[in-house]
Amino acid sequence: MVRAARVKGLMLIASAMTLTGCISVNAPDKPIIIELNINIKQEVVYRLAADAGNTIKDNPGIF
Amino acid sequence: MTKIAARFEQSRLAAAAWAALAASALVAPASAQQRDPAYAAARASGEVGEKVDGYLGFPTAPSAETRRLADDINIKRKAVYAERAQANGATIEEYAFSAGCQAIARTVPGEKYQAPDGSWQTRTAAAPLRDPRCP
Repeated sequence: MVRAARVKGLMLIASAMTLTGCISVNAPDKPIIIELNINIKQEVVYRLAADAGNTIKDNPGIF
Repeated sequence: MTKIAARFEQSRLAAAAWAALAASALVAPASAQQRDPAYAAARASGEVGEKVDGYLGFPTAPSAETRRLADDINIKRKAVYAERAQANGATIEEYAFSAGCQAIARTVPGEKYQAPDGSWQTRTAAAPLRDPRCP
């Protein structure tokens, strides 16, 4: 009698687990973008502009 | 007889392999001077676009081949950025960002680029949306 109750309890737990054990996680459809450029100053960008332009011109295969 | 024929066939294959290798070695430096056709096609179709940070990104989920192609170019870009950044006393990120400003400005209508808010845009005849720090 006691054993039967135990078995019943186990079955209940097992069935409860099958009901609630599934958590679905959906990936966001848009990529997560982390802004890493907040420390780049405008004056640095201006100073590098000409050199960067030449670099692009000199490496047309990768730009 | 068949043994000799087989050996001949083998040497012919080896010769063909060497010829192909030599040809690719000759083509490799040339490809640095102009866009690989697969890269040009990926740009034109919008499979890859110019990111704000100076590297190529994917406006849509890329194929394995497109991802490999862009990763390869981004590695080469980073090497160039590192060298030029050092020469200019700047960080790689600063130099890459500056190059990104220029690369986005140089996109042609139909190509994809990333706006400052991170969204992907298709370049039109109008000026692209760029970071306010871009010259």
